[in-house]
Amino acid sequence: MHDKTLAQLSAGLAAGEFSSVELTRHFLDRIASLDGKLNSFITVTEAQALAQAEAADARIAAGEAGPLTGIPLAHKDIFCTRDVRTSCGSFMLDNFVSPYDATVVSRLAQAGMVMLGKTNMDEFAMGSSNETSYYGPVRNPWDTERVPGGSSGGSATAVAARLVPAATGTDTGGSIRQPAALSGITGLKPTYGRCSRWGMIAFASSLDQAGPMTRTAEDAALLLAGMAGFDERDSTSAERPVDDYRAGLDRPIDGLKVGLVREFMQQEGLDAGVAKATEAVLEELKRQGAEVVEISLPNAHLSVPAYYVVAPAECSSNLSRFDGVRFGHRCEDPKDLQDLYERSRSEGFGAEVKRRILIGTYALSAGYYDAYYLKAQQVRQLIAEDFRRAFEQVDLVVSPTAPDVAFPLGAKADDPVAMYLQDIYTIAVNLAGLPAISIPAPLADGLPTGFQMIGNHFEEARLLNVAHRIQRETDWHQQAPEGF
Amino acid sequence: MQWEAVIGLEIHTQLATKSKIFSGSSTAFGAEPNTQASLLDLGMPGTLPVLNRRAVEFAVRFAKAIDAELARRSVFARKNYFYPDLPKGYQISQFELPIVGRGHVEILLEDGSLKTIGVTRAHLEEDAGKSLHEDFHGMTGIDLNRAGTPLLEIVSEPDMRSAREAVAYARKIYQIVTWLGICDGNMQEGSFRCDANVSVRPRGDEELGTRTELKNINSFRFLERAINYEIERQIEVIEDGGSIVQETRLYDAERDETRSMRSKEEANDYRYFPDPDLLPVVLDDDFIAEATRDMPELPDQRRARFESEHGLSAYDASMLTASRAHADYYEAVVAACGDAKLAANWVMGELAAALNKASLEIEQCPVSATGLGELLGRILDSTISGKIAKQVFEAMWAGEGSADEVIEAKGLKQVTDTGALAGWVDEVIAANPEQVANYRAAEADKRKKMIGFFVGQVMKKSQGKANPQQVNELLRQRLEE
Amino acid sequence: MSLNADDIQKIAHLARLAVDEDEITSLQRDLSNILDLVEQMQAVDTSQVRPMAHPLDMPQRLRPDEVTETNQRERYLRNAPAAENGLFLVPKVIE
Repeated sequence: MHDKTLAQLSAGLAAGEFSSVELTRHFLDRIASLDGKLNSFITVTEAQALAQAEAADARIAAGEAGPLTGIPLAHKDIFCTRDVRTSCGSFMLDNFVSPYDATVVSRLAQAGMVMLGKTNMDEFAMGSSNETSYYGPVRNPWDTERVPGGSSGGSATAVAARLVPAATGTDTGGSIRQPAALSGITGLKPTYGRCSRWGMIAFASSLDQAGPMTRTAEDAALLLAGMAGFDERDSTSAERPVDDYRAGLDRPIDGLKVGLVREFMQQEGLDAGVAKATEAVLEELKRQGAEVVEISLPNAHLSVPAYYVVAPAECSSNLSRFDGVRFGHRCEDPKDLQDLYERSRSEGFGAEVKRRILIGTYALSAGYYDAYYLKAQQVRQLIAEDFRRAFEQVDLVVSPTAPDVAFPLGAKADDPVAMYLQDIYTIAVNLAGLPAISIPAPLADGLPTGFQMIGNHFEEARLLNVAHRIQRETDWHQQAPEGF
Repeated sequence: MQWEAVIGLEIHTQLATKSKIFSGSSTAFGAEPNTQASLLDLGMPGTLPVLNRRAVEFAVRFAKAIDAELARRSVFARKNYFYPDLPKGYQISQFELPIVGRGHVEILLEDGSLKTIGVTRAHLEEDAGKSLHEDFHGMTGIDLNRAGTPLLEIVSEPDMRSAREAVAYARKIYQIVTWLGICDGNMQEGSFRCDANVSVRPRGDEELGTRTELKNINSFRFLERAINYEIERQIEVIEDGGSIVQETRLYDAERDETRSMRSKEEANDYRYFPDPDLLPVVLDDDFIAEATRDMPELPDQRRARFESEHGLSAYDASMLTASRAHADYYEAVVAACGDAKLAANWVMGELAAALNKASLEIEQCPVSATGLGELLGRILDSTISGKIAKQVFEAMWAGEGSADEVIEAKGLKQVTDTGALAGWVDEVIAANPEQVANYRAAEADKRKKMIGFFVGQVMKKSQGKANPQQVNELLRQRLEE
Repeated sequence: MSLNADDIQKIAHLARLAVDEDEITSLQRDLSNILDLVEQMQAVDTSQVRPMAHPLDMPQRLRPDEVTETNQRERYLRNAPAAENGLFLVPKVIE
């Protein structure tokens, strides 16, 4: 049952082959027996899941089901879930039981989806390996001595190991796409503003975006349809209708013009196996009639520097609310206000979060604002202009998702800058607010690689269409880690 | 040495919206602690702000009222600092691109001349919560009901030179925001709070002295006293060879002094940056037209009209436009009686005194404007004298009925019957032969004064009801026969 | 670009983070490395570039002035580390 895709499970539920309760129990059992090796879940919500599954079965029986009704899923622990601990991977929120649901959570619940639990993540989504979590690292099911990528590493691992058919993730600089690549699944970061950010604990507000993490593009289309849409509670939510992502999946792609980013392919540190895998996907695109050309993003090399000003600056402010007063960790016996703040925050946050808060505080402080923050906003504009020019020439911009395959646990833990370069191909997309998908490419040395496709604003349907066409003709996305 | 004070004010006006600036919580004053604090107001993780349209409309109205530049594109920024009454660890405010730019107001100085005070800018921001210092086992309690209440912070140029001017400016701003209905003006509840930047310099110097900031003054009286105290203090420090430290000081009304706020000693670095949760506020012509469509006639325009249309002096016109309610009341009295000057005298005289004595605002006045107008009408048509009118007014104030009802019930109608008047006149002449003889012996120009005695006697006999003009006439005839 | 111990202490204080002596050394190294990475931006001339604060070119949406929230105090206070009589408690604030 767990080898079926979300689309297949949906058909099976509709046909009465199994019930949602059976499906839910099956996946809960798998989590119970297998997640000890992976640590992909922070919280499993068994009782609530079974109640939701029963309700879903009743809906199916009454003929009121939609395509997502009765399907189990997991939420990254960055989404607020009412009456369920929402930790964001941090000791700071270890005791935080959210009083409300994120919009993405409530939308999927209304669609009848069954939440199995909350997945592990880098603390406050800051990390590219899932090693910064207070709840311990997540392990990659392809090689449990390796990282799954991050920050949505728990969601990526849970989907890759078939502990759940689908999961939500968030992507600020690559946090959906990079773990999807390293874990061999499909992950989509929608256009900024496509999914509501209400209830999604903010890391960098102008970059954060929620998206689906699934095994196939078709599943991503189904899940995104349930997540996306205008939300009046989010000022940055796009007030435009959601496309029918599934309807266009099979559209032929002959004549499609694809631009390969020259600078990315010439990037020092690009693994030969990953480059080869990228070539293989390009060949498939050509085989189906797409035209592949080289394009240039001349300022893309500045995306990591710009990002490491913008994201820390926003995070330094966003994380000020964790002060030990209204929720979250509070130190023992604070002697005064200053002590309350400093000890609660220092005890509550881990090293990477503190580093980013400090960098961001520095970048915004008097005398440095123009040199760092303003400069980064200008570089951001240059990067966005690079993409605007690219989309005048091509329909899609493509590249590897990450420069390398999954690395061993601890390999980059002591070198923040090396870790930051994991996101070298993904970050520019967030700065420009564009949609991008990572789909599995051929394995390299037995480990997954990812192929990234970037679309123009609100062109998720096109990305899903091309991804689906590739997956229809290849089996890279069907590769599964042994033992799961 | 002659010293000159330089004063600028930052005024925080709470905008009279129903809901908060970024959330749907009520802004009503006086609720139980934290019962009007939503997820957003508590700074809960994952919550996001959405801007209240009305707050923007109010800012647009204010801009129009002070003839200010209105930013077609303004930006909200985060002001970052830690304080327990600031739940997010930052205040959403406006920094580089405020909604209201340069404008100005005119204040009336004591010598009757007008002075223009520049308004540098006004920006929208959210209010903070409150710290309650009563003892909770040595702890402070935090109530976030006020957090997120919309504020318009109005920043003036350092154009004022005395505490009196500063107060006149503050009163002018107060008049405008309450007039426009964008602020309820309740100073006890903190709806209108002033910070004053004060410095002194030798008279004639161009360069500004080091300033101190006096925080959170919520009455005009305290504003004047705090500034005066601070000016004196600064002069004393400098004359004693010291120098002024740039700092925030708190005015202690009980001791009538300002003192340094120790807790805010450290230099602040607010790390302003554009709030990524909010987009630029863009105002188009339609929005501005809609926001200003129902704008009332402004106080200065109305004051000018009172001078030209009603023939009032600048002083009277300014008194009668102290608030919109005053001006509305006055104009309703004029409409009801038709005599602008009589109405002005009464509204500023008898009515003001009665309100003052009863500690009532004009909105709470027990005598309606039309009621007062009717009363004045009875003076004008000679039904009663001005003196009797005061008696009728007192009865109306006490709820004894309308002017006509009181006049009727108390029999206060002026006696104009010549027969009755002649009777009283004869009696008075008969009873005062000495005065009559004196009168008749006097020069013509002296007689005018002397007749007052006889008029007084007749009025007394008539219990004030005799028509004074007629009595005058009759007396003259009889005395000069 | 390198930061000295005083810089680190000043930033840490602004951010209300306590850093001890051991941490300062490693933070100095890490933050300086990050700043070196960030310095790469200085190589491009951006004097004519409009800063981009936001990926979407949209104006702020305005909400009607309506009270839509109800009192949820008891529920919201459940996460409070210290509360009494409906108030959040903090160490004494001195003004």
